[in-house]
Amino acid sequence: MTTRKETVEVANGSAHGAGVIAKATTDEARLRVSKTYKMYVGGAFIRSESGRSFQVKGSSLESSADPATVNIPLGSRKDVRDAVIVAKAAQEKWAARTAYNRGQIVYRLAEVLDARRGELEASLVRAGATATGAAREVDCAVDRIVFYAGFCDKIASLAASSNPVSGPHFAFSVPEPMGVIGVLAPPRPALLGLVSAVLPVITGGNSAIVVASADDPRTAIVFCECLATSDVPGGVVNVLTGLASDLAPQLAKHREVAGLDAYLDDAALRASIERDASESVKRVKTQAPFTDDRIFDERGGQGLTFIERFLETKSIWHPVGL
Amino acid sequence: MSREITKSPKGIAAASAGASQAPALDFGRAWDYAPALEGVSHIKLQPRYGLFIGGAFRAPRSDKYFATVNPSNEQVLSEVAEANAADVDDAVRAARLAYEKYWSKMRGAERAKYLFRIARALQEKARDFAIVETMDGGKPIKESRDFDVPMAAAHFFYHAGWADKLDYAFQGRRARPLGVAGQIIPWNFPLLMAAWKIAPALACGNTVVLKPAETTPLTALLLAQLIEEAELPPGVVNIITGAGETGAALVNHADVNKIAFTGSTEVGKRIQASLAGTGKRLTLELGGKAANVVFADAPMDQAVEGIINGIYFNQGHVCCAGSRLLVEESAHDTLVRRLRDRIATMRVGDPLDKNTDVGAINSKMQLDRIRELVDAGEREGATRYSAPCALPSKGYWFAPTFFTGVAQSSRIAREEIFGPVLSVLTFRTPDEALEKANNTMYGLSAGVWTDKGAKIFWMAERLKAGVVWGNTFNKFDPSSPFGGYKESGFGREGGRQGLAAYVELDG
Repeated sequence: MTTRKETVEVANGSAHGAGVIAKATTDEARLRVSKTYKMYVGGAFIRSESGRSFQVKGSSLESSADPATVNIPLGSRKDVRDAVIVAKAAQEKWAARTAYNRGQIVYRLAEVLDARRGELEASLVRAGATATGAAREVDCAVDRIVFYAGFCDKIASLAASSNPVSGPHFAFSVPEPMGVIGVLAPPRPALLGLVSAVLPVITGGNSAIVVASADDPRTAIVFCECLATSDVPGGVVNVLTGLASDLAPQLAKHREVAGLDAYLDDAALRASIERDASESVKRVKTQAPFTDDRIFDERGGQGLTFIERFLETKSIWHPVGL
Repeated sequence: MSREITKSPKGIAAASAGASQAPALDFGRAWDYAPALEGVSHIKLQPRYGLFIGGAFRAPRSDKYFATVNPSNEQVLSEVAEANAADVDDAVRAARLAYEKYWSKMRGAERAKYLFRIARALQEKARDFAIVETMDGGKPIKESRDFDVPMAAAHFFYHAGWADKLDYAFQGRRARPLGVAGQIIPWNFPLLMAAWKIAPALACGNTVVLKPAETTPLTALLLAQLIEEAELPPGVVNIITGAGETGAALVNHADVNKIAFTGSTEVGKRIQASLAGTGKRLTLELGGKAANVVFADAPMDQAVEGIINGIYFNQGHVCCAGSRLLVEESAHDTLVRRLRDRIATMRVGDPLDKNTDVGAINSKMQLDRIRELVDAGEREGATRYSAPCALPSKGYWFAPTFFTGVAQSSRIAREEIFGPVLSVLTFRTPDEALEKANNTMYGLSAGVWTDKGAKIFWMAERLKAGVVWGNTFNKFDPSSPFGGYKESGFGREGGRQGLAAYVELDG
């Protein structure tokens, strides 16, 4: 909250019609309007069905309207299930778009992010980043989105194959998205970590249900505001806030969730979601959050391998002959 | 047959009643062939096999052996060692040593030549391998001779060529081997599955510990002999025999970097669960319940052969078997009559007879499982038709069978039978065919039969399966990636894509 000490000159001829010149010094604040932080599911900003919330503290900033303590929705297991239904429907339409179209939509997201960089940086700073650190993170996040935007219509060329089988058959293999993918974003860096985990998932034609960093969920929600004003269709990226320990098991057990990418410090939680995921033979990848050196790196933090984690290969055969 | 017709919509039944009521084909005595047995007198199996660890055969620390029998006559063929945890540990140590000392340091071009050598030796000894495969597993000699063994050799030959070309396979990325791979394979294609596992692992620079299935260990042990003769560095390939406990010891060994498993979905899930938190890499090739979708405009002669091949190949012991026939309603009655005629001509019997189409069921346990599910199908109200063939009195046998009037919810439409049993269901529109085809937790393979090219691709795009065969079925090739969607497992075997299962990539 920002209190502004202002000196206001009230001029002759004001609405009050007083014919005197008054110089008023006041301590009265103009209270800025702070934001209600909501989760982002199916293109809409929603509260948790549980009605619960948790609190995040951050430093007060001149540029921000938020008080030092804000309430964030505490996503529930039911929120996960609801999100899966939305994400499933959105995924089929997302995958049905042409790769060129998906590429343009993802690129548009980078445009929107760059335009909102001030807001993203402020959010990162509020959560403890330095100004230069925040700027560097936003730069890298935008560039990473651009990297994946250009990948949408290259994946098939790189991952598909014509298979020279021994026999009179035309045989080839193509990559396909898996479906709905759960993402447990790393606690830090909150923006770049989320972008680095989500972008390869949607670039491949999947939809994502993301559990945002609980350390800094506000930045994830600002990112959602970028999504909402980009052309990424609602439901393709869904972001829940809350505790990974609550939501990860539900994502891991849900049969409509095809895969899971988890960046978690808690090794026991990583192991337990891998165990939960086995019940539906889920494609699950868990890891400790990357170091800054790795996640900022153009080789270590992005690439085709990240996309391929959540692609299936389909091999198609047909006889050749008269 | 008349019962099936009454289950069809009236108009369609009337239209095809003439065809359906045609008398069954009668071949009389003309269909009797003289026996044409493959000679086995030159096959010299040892009475007892040890474990192949560190480049040599040795007795197991467990001191235990178990018998492997010929399922077509229940005769004991040999005894094989039962590896315990200490034996598994020896094998993994040997593989680790070989990885560090030889295989990870060797140039790809040199690894390639070893693999080419294995492929060549396998071709040279192909007939012996085929005979032993048939004796140990019960599959017809014409399949082991013309499919299993040549395809196994092809897998070694194909992957040999990749060993020095991994930089081309993953352009822009660096591929590193994983280390020691533990590999567990099933009994339906014993030698071929060993080749699918060993060849890509070795090509990518890993060393392996392979456990064949307990009912079919012999060809893997012959392969161990062949690898010894090919003079691979000791420990690069280790082959240990045993049952579930041996497999579990391998899966849970701390010094294994990767597990590759082919087998049932149930066991696959257990393996995935037990690897949780270990950081070990995993690929699974599990069960299936493939839809074979036949449209009314399909080339019917080919479709009938494709359906027969899809379900009765290898007694239906095929994870990608076309076990759910989805037929467009208007073609149902005609197709069912033709299937009935066709399975009447199938020769069920001695797997070593070169004319045999359907051999022995692999084990007593599997036969019991098939019987249980077939009983369930009858109880649930489906109509059963089994080929009218005489079955030998000794051994494990099941006549080619299909069910009509099967409900989507029936166990025989949902569960993998892994036997020569086909469930026939119908559909009216392509959307319904797709809905039914995808309505399963499995997703290994699917077939589509139609003369319309655009319809094939429309279906192929939407079928949730790792392999889609259009106007064909059960085709395999080392250059074609194979593997499942959903609960049929993850990872691919074969092709450039299959190499990814055995390397670590840097971006």
